[in-house]
Amino acid sequence: MSYKFHQFQVVGRGLPTETDEHPKIYRMKLWATNEVRAKSKFWYFLRKLKRVKKSNGQMLAINEIFEKNPTTIKNYGIWLRYQSRTGYHNMYKEYRDTTLNGGIEQMYTEMASRHRVRHHCIQVIKTATIPAKLCKRESTKQFHNSKIKFPLVFKKVRPPTRKLKTTYKASRPNLFV
Amino acid sequence: MPFKRYVEVGRVALVNYGKDYGKLVVIVDVIDQNRALVDSPDMVRGQMNFKRLTLTDIKIDIKRVPNKKTLVAAMEAADVKNKWEKSSWGRKLIVQKKRASLNDFDRFKIMLAKIKKAGVVRQELAKLKKETTA
Repeated sequence: MSYKFHQFQVVGRGLPTETDEHPKIYRMKLWATNEVRAKSKFWYFLRKLKRVKKSNGQMLAINEIFEKNPTTIKNYGIWLRYQSRTGYHNMYKEYRDTTLNGGIEQMYTEMASRHRVRHHCIQVIKTATIPAKLCKRESTKQFHNSKIKFPLVFKKVRPPTRKLKTTYKASRPNLFV
Repeated sequence: MPFKRYVEVGRVALVNYGKDYGKLVVIVDVIDQNRALVDSPDMVRGQMNFKRLTLTDIKIDIKRVPNKKTLVAAMEAADVKNKWEKSSWGRKLIVQKKRASLNDFDRFKIMLAKIKKAGVVRQELAKLKKETTA
């Protein structure tokens, strides 16, 4: 499963000067498509928090963070701040997925589809793995059932490879399981 | 016509698209409306979209997300492999695979066998026709 958004840990600080021999080191966890973008985003956020820029700062480390347990399903809660056409708003969204990167990708696509918010207008404030009891949204809570059972109602049978796809078919498809 | 095959923990499904095409997998948990956590003795547990799965009639008795050992033991207990290979769907798939892997000599042998079979059928038919006219 390849994800578009990767999670990076970026560590940086301002350059040491005569007044400040050991400036404080700051660490951020961000989502970006690649390392270059992650570093850029790091400086963007750090500038808003501290008096430091990329030109008078140094990057100490950047590592990609991978999912520890990609074979278990978790409920992710994501707090975000996004810019709509009329102003900034905060939001809390929940997703069920196996990896945090998958949940974040779901979030970006859902914000784009439901609110027409593009990826650069979204800032992720916080993410957390939520235990099932504390989930707030019905759409994630409905899957918290150990005896879950449902039929697949409309089942379109696809050709097994895209090569065998045809534009015209001889008969109408049978959608029953 | 009520539904007989449900997506549930323990349902055996056939993968009909993608890298694992043709494999039998067990639905081990449901992620959300479109995806399931799926496991099989010879693959790493992973997620799969329901669009890639076709449900079968076989269901095994497991709890949500068993570990690999319990899954393999449950599959042995339910005898999934034999049930599948004996079912008409499973048998058809085996025949399809065999036909696709024939070489020219095998096709020649099949041609001879078909001609022989048709000859025997025609003889019997001729005998029956003679009996009815006589």
